Amino acid sequence: MAGSSSELHSETGRAATWRARGTTQTHGLRTTLTLVVAIFCFFLVAVSAQHIGSYAVEQGVSKVAALIPGGIAAVAAGYVLLLAIRAAMKSAAARRHADVYEARALGAEASLASWKALSWSGALLVVTAGAWFMAVNDAAVSRTFFDLELIQSSAGKVIWAFGTNVTIFAVSAVLILVWSLLIAIARTLPGEAGRPLRYLATAYGDLFRGLPAIITIYLIGFGLPLTNLPILSDLGSTSYAIIALTLTYGAYTSEVYRAGIEGVHHSQVAAARSLGLSHTKTMRYVVVPLAVRNIIPPLMNNCISLQKDTALVAIIGTIDAFNQSKIIAANNFNLSAVTTVAILFIVITIPQARLVDKLIDRDRKRMRAGG
Amino acid sequence: MSLLEINGVTKHYGVLEVISNLTLNVDEHEVVCLIGPSGCGKSTLLRCINRLEEISSGEIRIHGDRITGPGVDLDRLRRDIGIVFQGYNLFPHMTVLENTILAPTKVLGMGKREASEKAMAFLERIGLAHKANEYPDRMSGGQQQRVAIVRALMMDPMLLLLDEITSALDPELVSEVLDIVRDLAARGMTMILATHEMGFAREVANRICFLQSGQVYEQGPPAELFGNPKGERTQAFLRSLKKAGRI
Ligand SMILES: Nc1ncnc2c1ncn2[C@@H]1O[C@H](COP(=O)(O)OP(=O)(O)O)[C@@H](O)[C@H]1O
Ligand SMILES: [Mg+2]
Repeated sequence: MAGSSSELHSETGRAATWRARGTTQTHGLRTTLTLVVAIFCFFLVAVSAQHIGSYAVEQGVSKVAALIPGGIAAVAAGYVLLLAIRAAMKSAAARRHADVYEARALGAEASLASWKALSWSGALLVVTAGAWFMAVNDAAVSRTFFDLELIQSSAGKVIWAFGTNVTIFAVSAVLILVWSLLIAIARTLPGEAGRPLRYLATAYGDLFRGLPAIITIYLIGFGLPLTNLPILSDLGSTSYAIIALTLTYGAYTSEVYRAGIEGVHHSQVAAARSLGLSHTKTMRYVVVPLAVRNIIPPLMNNCISLQKDTALVAIIGTIDAFNQSKIIAANNFNLSAVTTVAILFIVITIPQARLVDKLIDRDRKRMRAGG
Repeated sequence: MSLLEINGVTKHYGVLEVISNLTLNVDEHEVVCLIGPSGCGKSTLLRCINRLEEISSGEIRIHGDRITGPGVDLDRLRRDIGIVFQGYNLFPHMTVLENTILAPTKVLGMGKREASEKAMAFLERIGLAHKANEYPDRMSGGQQQRVAIVRALMMDPMLLLLDEITSALDPELVSEVLDIVRDLAARGMTMILATHEMGFAREVANRICFLQSGQVYEQGPPAELFGNPKGERTQAFLRSLKKAGRI
């Protein structure tokens, strides 16, 4: 009897500590600090916008063009300030509220609002710093990299030359996908009989992953023409670039394939082999299709990286976008044409990143179970 | 002559001897159930029979023909021995129909039409014809396991190995899978089952083999082995199952 009553007592004891633990958090200190940061940020942005804007107008930029970014920055800073004020008010309300559950809810809202205000302040400060970087020293940075007039006048030539990069990329991408799969299959050949090919494929992979791409391109672009070999010595520099990139990226991509092949669960292989499928047929109908599904993201990453490395072919004199822009830069003592190339590369890679996300999503939906 | 003769087979994994000098014969149209504690080597034995695992010593014969050792055409051998796994192992990137016709079309060279018709007849028989174009991960475990059985049956195996095919299933899905096995037994399919479903083993098996430490410790007709087990270990094993409510 006594035992059970004391147990009951300890239960109420637990309940009491539980309730005591759930006291209201009002986040007073954080919301106050946030408010200080937001006010500082607001003034900094306002002053910067005024300064940089009027300097731009002095330099001949139209008033409207100068006003828009300044205005956007000011509005954003105002929004941040509002967020911070709201957070502080919520926190104060939480402190005053009589009902503990309402107060807790208000406290939680205050916390969220203050984090939001803080992260926006941080972003605004970074953007402001960037604007100053462009404007200081008589806008030296802007003039060197973003000379709009030069960008406009040279864009046609640069974009035309970018076609060479696209060609090199497209042809080598297809070659790499096939070539590296063959290497990966050779590397995963089973048994004693597969050993020679396995070793050869391993040696190839080690060699071309060890060699910097730029050296491979150089050796092939300048070396093959000197060999006097039929066909191989008379190719254009674009073809040498394609060969070199295929060899380099074939080595990397075969590793991606191999990881995919080895990542296919052995129970899938057992199921296929137990039905009488040979090693080759098991690879073809089961392992490789499953492997490819699992490695689409790293394959696409290789693909993006390949696109960027097409700029390396400038070293063997191929007139690609980078080489073309370098020529323009040298003639004008200004790098703005190179900026155009940079922008081109960025613009074509972003949609691909989105595409990868979509593919992954679709595949996840279709076969959640996997191996 | 027995369909399957396992003569003094031993299997090591490193120093671990999983099967030790095991001998077992299975006749045509016989249904043999392997029972025994987890880790006693049931799966390993089944996987040695279709050579997914290599034995360390001894020999296995099918219709008198030695299938262990070098020079045996494994792909040819495996066409005639079906196996169904505990985890179904359906190919997740293929529909039910594609799963079932893969081996007949790619291994036996059967036409796609013919294979599909055959598969549909099987699927009809087990009530899954409407799932033919579904992907495995959209189906219940019981449905997947039934498809896995059909996939094995498509090759017209002369021996079917079933490795705890209901162990991964929710209880209410077990019977739909066992019904198919019962039907196969009635049609005279030679089968070796590793199972924990004692009631089912008793009903469907011609012979129960109790494995212990990699050997056939005791074997006999179900009524005898379950009703009047001779060996001490067998008795202990059956007692523990009774305690757990599995018999
Ligand atoms: N690939 C392997 N490598 C090492 N040990 C293994 C391997 N496969 C199974 N074993 C071991 O062999 C023994 C028998 O396993 P298994 O045949 O799966 O038993 P059962 O199916 O009767 O539960 C277990 O002790 C297990 O740990
Ligand atoms: Mg097992």
